[in-house]
Amino acid sequence: MKLNINGKLVEVAADPDMPLLWALRDLLGLTGTKFGCGAGFCGACTVQLDGEPVRGCQTPVSAVGTARITTIEGLSASAWGRKLQDAWVALDVPQCGYCQAGQLLAAEALLRATPKPTDADIDAAMSGNLCRCATYTRIRAAIKQAAAA
Amino acid sequence: MTVSISRRNFLFASAAVGGGLYLGLSPEPAGAAEAGQLNAWVVIPATGRIRIMASNPEVGQGIRTSLPMVIAEELDADWGAVEIVPTIADAKAYGRQVAGGSQAMPTHYENMRRIGAAARAMILDAAAAAWGVPLAELKTDRGQVIHGQRRAPYGQFAAAASALPAPDPARVAVKDPKDFRLIGSFQPGVNNRAIVSGRQDYGIDAVVPGMIHAAFHKSGVQRATVKSANLDAVKAMPGVRDAFIVPASDEYEGLLGGVAILADTTWHAARARNALQVEWNDSPAAFQSSAAWASQATQAKGKPPALAVHAAGDVPAAMAGAAKRLAATYEYPFIPHLPLEPINCTARVTGDRVEIWAPTQNPEPGRAAVAKTLGVPPENITIHMMRVGGGFGRRLQNDYMVEAAQIARMAGRPVKLTWTREDDVTQDFLRPGGWHHLEAGLDAAGRCIAWDNHFISFGRDGKFARAAGIAPSDFPAGMVDHFRLGATVLPLIHTTGFLRAPGNNAFGFVTQGFIDELAHAAGKDPLVFRRELLGAARIIGDPSSRGSYNTGRMRAVLDKAAAMAGWGRKLAPRTGLGIAFHFSHLGYFANVIEASVARDGTVKVHHVWVAGDVGRQIVNPAGAINQVQGSVLDALNACRNHAVTFADGAIEQRNFGDLPLLRMDEAVPIDVAFLTPDYAVTGLGEPAYPAVAPALANAIFAATGVRLRKLPFDFSALKA
Repeated sequence: MKLNINGKLVEVAADPDMPLLWALRDLLGLTGTKFGCGAGFCGACTVQLDGEPVRGCQTPVSAVGTARITTIEGLSASAWGRKLQDAWVALDVPQCGYCQAGQLLAAEALLRATPKPTDADIDAAMSGNLCRCATYTRIRAAIKQAAAA
Repeated sequence: MTVSISRRNFLFASAAVGGGLYLGLSPEPAGAAEAGQLNAWVVIPATGRIRIMASNPEVGQGIRTSLPMVIAEELDADWGAVEIVPTIADAKAYGRQVAGGSQAMPTHYENMRRIGAAARAMILDAAAAAWGVPLAELKTDRGQVIHGQRRAPYGQFAAAASALPAPDPARVAVKDPKDFRLIGSFQPGVNNRAIVSGRQDYGIDAVVPGMIHAAFHKSGVQRATVKSANLDAVKAMPGVRDAFIVPASDEYEGLLGGVAILADTTWHAARARNALQVEWNDSPAAFQSSAAWASQATQAKGKPPALAVHAAGDVPAAMAGAAKRLAATYEYPFIPHLPLEPINCTARVTGDRVEIWAPTQNPEPGRAAVAKTLGVPPENITIHMMRVGGGFGRRLQNDYMVEAAQIARMAGRPVKLTWTREDDVTQDFLRPGGWHHLEAGLDAAGRCIAWDNHFISFGRDGKFARAAGIAPSDFPAGMVDHFRLGATVLPLIHTTGFLRAPGNNAFGFVTQGFIDELAHAAGKDPLVFRRELLGAARIIGDPSSRGSYNTGRMRAVLDKAAAMAGWGRKLAPRTGLGIAFHFSHLGYFANVIEASVARDGTVKVHHVWVAGDVGRQIVNPAGAINQVQGSVLDALNACRNHAVTFADGAIEQRNFGDLPLLRMDEAVPIDVAFLTPDYAVTGLGEPAYPAVAPALANAIFAATGVRLRKLPFDFSALKA
């Protein structure tokens, strides 16, 4: 089957039941999308389908169809994505950094829909993504900095 | 300023390929003979970027940024232009490569300064000779040597410098800290750009040509060995290449037996596992039961402890003469680490050589265990220390490294082993649970004169399991005249391990909660009572030991946290301030929490104020504040649903659904202040954790009058 990943059509020989997470990681070598829990709790595997954040571990490749897939490797194609990346670096958001791909893809979708988010908007959009190191304070600050940039 | 280097070290220099300077550190004076690129700390090439080695495992504590910063500061390198190069595990070249015990900074700080300073001194010597000018007339600025109007990059003198004798590190002049430009400044992590672009490889991202993906299925009841398994059915599953039984080691904490499934992808291996049926032999751990342990711990109350840990004065006499006595039992559960990157390791075995890609906090014990299990020489094992997606102490144990190596050998090809989250939870090296049956006596003036603690924890054969013990010097030993600490050990087989501020992460809750009770029993303000307990500024215990306690430093952070929070101010109804302090891992921390309790028992934490003292210098405030804020929120996890329980020998929880962690909407504002008195620089990964849970329990008491003595908190007890 063909998947539209970060603006490119890619052929992938995946079992239709295979979650998108594993097709990206183990078949296509796009390892920026992370495995965290395999059950939809943590959001480490967050990617965007047609701009909407979804759980890569809960999305079979057969359900993707022609939807545009955006992974962390393609985030910088978005102006909001670049602003968020710059804010993440400057404010030193990551500790271990493992969850941050998912956090950034959730944050990019937030800013595209809500360019000036309130704290409540940030809570609502970001509470699906666990950060075990608990970098939440800086994630919030970085989203606000990107929104103001 | 006085400087102590715990072990004699020798600098060595040698020439870089293409003309340049390598500078390394060796415990042997002859280190230079075997020197070279591989074990250098600093490489200054003739042209191009200066390279600084990052020798310690990066688990998110920022050590691959902060230790190179120390070298760059004294070298006077241009931080924006240096290249930071992670090293492999090589204790001979790099000393202690461990992310544990908050020890990386205290172990390496002074040495790293001297390496940077020595390299700069050698460049200056070479420059003075090349330009024929007095050394005293030379200055440096961000990687350049300056004489009057003349400037040249370090690399121009690197080849000549490499021929100079390396100075004695103990005699190298280092900067006056007031001249620091880089140390003490906010520096984002050197891998941040790679992380936010999806280009940072973690252990789980390792790819080795020809590798296959492995799942490893073990019994939830540890040490049960495989009797039989339907391997043929599993091998017939799509994408599966092989499945076999991995025999268990007879040794405690040796390789646990199980079934390995090798498949084309992680997902195929995991799916095939659903079809796996295993019959297990009986395990010696089948008796494990949280309900039974709780009943044993309750029965032990009032009975003499099995072990005497420490005693001072005459506790029975002091209790008998006390004006007031107070007794309480505190308890806390087993808790898991839950690093977000699931446990994984990639291994390639070629003859008697092994190459390993591991997210590890402590590679050398892993090397030893792999060498022993596979029967290969330790020096034949190469360990790549991959960036770690969260450690919290879990990856101080290297069980997964041994598993991957053994499975790779049996498979006859490189293997990437990936655990599921369920594997991680059910096979964790848990923070042990415990109980403290406490009694204290107050004199007529409301001073604590007697403290008696019957501590109950876990182990085997009457000895504490890893991270389950308590030290005789632990607080409040030395501060209460009549002090007794005894222990009883309940039987446990399941693996235990170090979790962020081991021991302390529980003892802080126990001692600072009970002290709060004593303050109220004495009719004193909790801050005042704590000041009196700490007493005059002095050092308790042997000053050269890690356990020695400087009461003056603790008083200072306690007062600072109280001032930050506005201790004593008027609060809304059902709102309280709680205060607590704790010393661990050479760090002094106090904090105040403001919390309110709704009538339905819901607790809202409004604010946390933290004051810490980890010595005279915060190397990188960016990482330092991150560590403190992360520790605080991590400790708040432990106040809620963060508990692991056993039934029929096995852990009952499975995934984050059973073990909810704080999320964005629950992250609270945390103010952090560092005091920097003139003491040695120490570490920050752990000491901010232990005083958090008790500060919250104490705030809840202030708000409601309900005392919480058990972690995680039972919020239903707070309904009005």
